[in-house]
Amino acid sequence: MTLKIDHLSKRFVKGGQEQVNSLSDISFEVEDSEFICILGPSGCGKTTLLRIIAGLDSPSSGQVLMNGSVIDKPNPKLGMIFQDYSLFPWRTVNGNIAFGLEMQGTKKDRIQATTEKYLSLAGLSGFGNSYPNELSGGMRQRVAVIRALAVEPVVLLMDEPFGALDAQSRNKLQHDLIDIWEKTRKTILFVTHSVDEAVFLADRIVVLSSRPGHISEIVPVQQPRPRDRTSVEFAKIRRHVLELINQNIPVQ
Amino acid sequence: MNRSIFRPGSIPWRSALKFLLPVAIIIGWEVLAIILDNQFILPRLESVFAVLINPFSGELTFGSGSLVDNAIISLGRVIAGFLVAAVLAIPLGIGMGRSPIIHELFDSFLQLLRPIPPLAWVPLALAWFKIGLLSMVFIIGMGAFFPILLNTLDGVKGVKKTWIEAAEILGAKERQILSRVILPGAAPTIWTGLRVGFGIAWMCVVAAEMMPGTNSGLGYLIISSYNFGQVPVIIAGMVVIGLIGIGFDYLFKIVEQRSFAWRELER
Repeated sequence: MTLKIDHLSKRFVKGGQEQVNSLSDISFEVEDSEFICILGPSGCGKTTLLRIIAGLDSPSSGQVLMNGSVIDKPNPKLGMIFQDYSLFPWRTVNGNIAFGLEMQGTKKDRIQATTEKYLSLAGLSGFGNSYPNELSGGMRQRVAVIRALAVEPVVLLMDEPFGALDAQSRNKLQHDLIDIWEKTRKTILFVTHSVDEAVFLADRIVVLSSRPGHISEIVPVQQPRPRDRTSVEFAKIRRHVLELINQNIPVQ
Repeated sequence: MNRSIFRPGSIPWRSALKFLLPVAIIIGWEVLAIILDNQFILPRLESVFAVLINPFSGELTFGSGSLVDNAIISLGRVIAGFLVAAVLAIPLGIGMGRSPIIHELFDSFLQLLRPIPPLAWVPLALAWFKIGLLSMVFIIGMGAFFPILLNTLDGVKGVKKTWIEAAEILGAKERQILSRVILPGAAPTIWTGLRVGFGIAWMCVVAAEMMPGTNSGLGYLIISSYNFGQVPVIIAGMVVIGLIGIGFDYLFKIVEQRSFAWRELER
């Protein structure tokens, strides 16, 4: 699998005429099974970038290529996990996980087997018949992850998935996500505004700066996992990334 | 000993409070009826009860048919008009909610019709369909149509964009998005529309049955009882109208609580 983000730009038309540049000339390539974090301050267009890669928004120029073909509409090969989970509240956990497979017309017994497999992968066995609203934020997020995984996407796009969670759940889910990633070897593009989260998770961090969002640097993180947040190496990378971000904050 | 029953706000107290006003009204009524002593203005309770406890008898209603017969006829009409309204309003509401073109096409026309009370359609209904089931179904349908339409529209617009996007990404086609996301997502609001619509339809049927030339239904029963000076039958008829209205509202609510509990939990 190759995923190529090729000179993407996005302009929004605001108030009839004025054009606002949201993304400017974004290019990078993602390797198979790579964990990429897209890091940037709010308003840098990182969510827009992810939505364009998902085929939900269209770029003003440039393109997203997966295995050489242009992505211009949603595609089950590119799974997405939304910031607000966007689980279907009228469906049980099982029903949510089964949704994608039902759309493909998968047979019932296969759906059930897949559902059970992913429930146990996410440590949610026994919650299959619960409704999303009966679960904690962290559990809902896990359901959102395995709902996306159940249709076997090649790439997983995650839009600040842990942003709404408390620090403890967040740490736990970061560990779990690495665990799931190592088991499934998906390619992950993970949007976040947390430097710490990016350094903990990513193979490479795409650091965006704002207005218009452009790549200020792509920072490789070569530390072995599980990563120790208190290590000197970790702190070094974090400082470097922070400096990159601070450079770009306009003086108030 | 269960101390909670002594606290105001606990269940036994609350349900007792519910009955306080009806009981007071009934007592006040009886007292007033005895004082007035005029059965053509306010009959004694017992004469109303006499009608109510013989719901299958046509004798007490002076040939206007029994309470049950007339109630069944009214219900049949209301269900017919209600179903016609629902069958038209739900698809139109979904279409208007999903497609700006359909919305533009219908919106101004419907806005124009909406403030017209269903009963203002009576003369036209009579002119077009003559007296009979068709004109009643038309009036009832007019009454039920707008609450169902507006709630459907509301419900469809309230379906979260990310639900639809999530479904698209999970491979749902347009038709599947409609049946698996839009419909279930909007269902609680559509159901509210059906509940309100049914209530209005029930009001409309009673009024429609007072149209000249009608000879059955609860509306007919109470208006003909007025002509016969049978105030107990009028009141008994009104009680039945009220009870059936409450009963259906309750049924709608039960389904709402059973099927759409998820919405209560949504913030």
